[in-house]
Amino acid sequence: MSAKNSKNVKHTTEEILEDSDFKSLSSQKNIISVILTILELVLYFGFIALIAFNKPFLASKLTGAISIGIPIAVGTIILSWVFTGIYIFWANNKYDVLVKKVRQKIGG
Amino acid sequence: MPQTTQTIIGQFNPVAVMFFVLFVLTTLGITYWAAKRTRTTKDFYAAGRSVTGFQNGLALAGDYMSAASFLGIAGLVSTKGYDGLIYSVGWLVGWPIIMFLISEPLRNLGKYTFADVVAYRLNQRPIRAAAASGSLVVVLTYLIAQMVGAGTLIKLMFGLPFEVAVLIVGCLMISYVLFGGMIATTWVQIIKAGLLLGGATLLVIMTLYHFGFSYGELFNQAQNLYGAKFLEPGGLVTSPVDAFSLGLALMFGTAGLPHILMRFYTVPDARAARKSVFYATGFIGYFYILTVTIGFGAAVIVGQKIITSIDAGGNMAGPLLAEFLGGNLFLGFLAAVAFATILAVVSGLTLAGASAFSHDLFVGVIRRGQAAEKEEIKVAKIATVGLGVTAMLLGILFKGQNVAFLVGLTFAIAASANFPALAMSIMWKKFTTKGAVASIYTGLVIATVLIILSPTVWVDIVHKNEKTAVEKEIKAVEDASKGKIADFEKQKTVAKNPAEIDASIEAEKRQVETQIKEVKAGMPKPIFPLKNPGIYSMGAAFLVGILFSLFGREKEAEAKYNDEKIRSYIGIGAEE
Repeated sequence: MSAKNSKNVKHTTEEILEDSDFKSLSSQKNIISVILTILELVLYFGFIALIAFNKPFLASKLTGAISIGIPIAVGTIILSWVFTGIYIFWANNKYDVLVKKVRQKIGG
Repeated sequence: MPQTTQTIIGQFNPVAVMFFVLFVLTTLGITYWAAKRTRTTKDFYAAGRSVTGFQNGLALAGDYMSAASFLGIAGLVSTKGYDGLIYSVGWLVGWPIIMFLISEPLRNLGKYTFADVVAYRLNQRPIRAAAASGSLVVVLTYLIAQMVGAGTLIKLMFGLPFEVAVLIVGCLMISYVLFGGMIATTWVQIIKAGLLLGGATLLVIMTLYHFGFSYGELFNQAQNLYGAKFLEPGGLVTSPVDAFSLGLALMFGTAGLPHILMRFYTVPDARAARKSVFYATGFIGYFYILTVTIGFGAAVIVGQKIITSIDAGGNMAGPLLAEFLGGNLFLGFLAAVAFATILAVVSGLTLAGASAFSHDLFVGVIRRGQAAEKEEIKVAKIATVGLGVTAMLLGILFKGQNVAFLVGLTFAIAASANFPALAMSIMWKKFTTKGAVASIYTGLVIATVLIILSPTVWVDIVHKNEKTAVEKEIKAVEDASKGKIADFEKQKTVAKNPAEIDASIEAEKRQVETQIKEVKAGMPKPIFPLKNPGIYSMGAAFLVGILFSLFGREKEAEAKYNDEKIRSYIGIGAEE
């Protein structure tokens, strides 16, 4: 059973799966993970698509010699990191609280 | 601007040797300290799970940032301009994927290797055999690429013979892993990451100081020297499908590298695992942004002519920039950092390969999960030496060969053999043993075969002689025609009927065109058109995994999914 390693087995697997807090944490995590993964895919393959299909846009000048493609490339890196930051912020503030709650309930 | 066209790169450099010896002594000291703390398998494979999120973030960065990214990307930017940036972005974008989909379930479900997770509710033996094959192929191909790179770079920077460089790297990496296990490997990676990030930051500050801390000035000068094209995407991405395929392999290959995945078992819990990805992404992203400045800075301050005269691939752009801005001292420091960079990566790879061998193949397959801890460590240590010696031999064997395709192959296999099975085992209730095994072998075989049939191997390596012969012939035809046309032009100046000669010139041009076309028809053609097979091999691995699972249900595995799900989300029962 799921809680075989915990000291007090009070709940069966089915009970945990039906628990409202567990349901909430698993569905929230799935949604957040899927949304952020899609955003990252769009971000990166959007960048690739610009290189493949719209080179003139990336070549257009922002100021002086700096072409717009340079901040876009650097921005893709920074935004990827920001996405991981968003996930961490959510997980630390919402997910961990729910995990703690569920674990307390089942005596884990 | 320092106008020294002389460089001491390639000569014996006492400063570099001094810094390097300092690094080696420090890391060997740490290894001695770690050896006394390495008793159990948990210590050897996972540093006792005592590494903090921040430390693991640095170690992940140290494990991932290879010499190819340190020297290669800066070199690519300095010689190809904007196109180099495309690579630095590609190397980073797999990390968020690791965080969102992999890091927490991996830590909660597994023990030492990613095969633990794939095998969690499936048949242990076939899964472990398949996953270990995927891991070992990835580790070996990447090790060969690193070893050949190490030999070449160290020869360039320290003036040491190729074989000596490979032997030094091999012996040091064996020592770290053999005696200090994951604890020593982790600290080698942390120190390397610190040195690399510090050195690159210093180099960027000095570069910017040169331009009055103005990026406008840096790019203005770059444009003046090399034209506006230098700051625009050029010929690197010609086929959108090829670019998409490479992007997939880079992104999901990062999430399937065994030495990276293994690091998530060194932290105490899933929370720390997730945190370490945040730090790692920050460090790696920051570093790749620095390499952009280093690359453009080197192109302006050092100049492409000098950079490519030292190394045609541009690999010495960073060290040359350091020499121009900070003299021998800074060059010596960066050369030692490059050495340390290689060592940290190959150590991580060796440990991952040894764990696949001992934990998955020996204990999981041969001993059916039953083996004494002492015996498992012993086998892991034997595997470490075996892998290390194999890597050195292959490194020397591949000396002077074009191994660039190996890095692409590594990522393609990791994305095709490792990632799909891992992701489906975590997320899909109906995933079966047959599905996983079929997916892993399909990914492994298709990625390897397609790379061999692709332009990078089939044309550039297998049919290298034909290719050069055709290129030579084309040049000969062109030269002959140029001579003929020049003759015609000469005749034209004295001829009475220039129109007739013009017609002859046109005829000659047409004839040459058809001739070249005929010669080009003899050019060896790749059997598979893309340079990177990621889109097909990864797609096939997912498809085969899904089909095999749908056509043969595995009730036992489905029944265990609920337990896996709970453990995956809240970490109950996770290895401590």
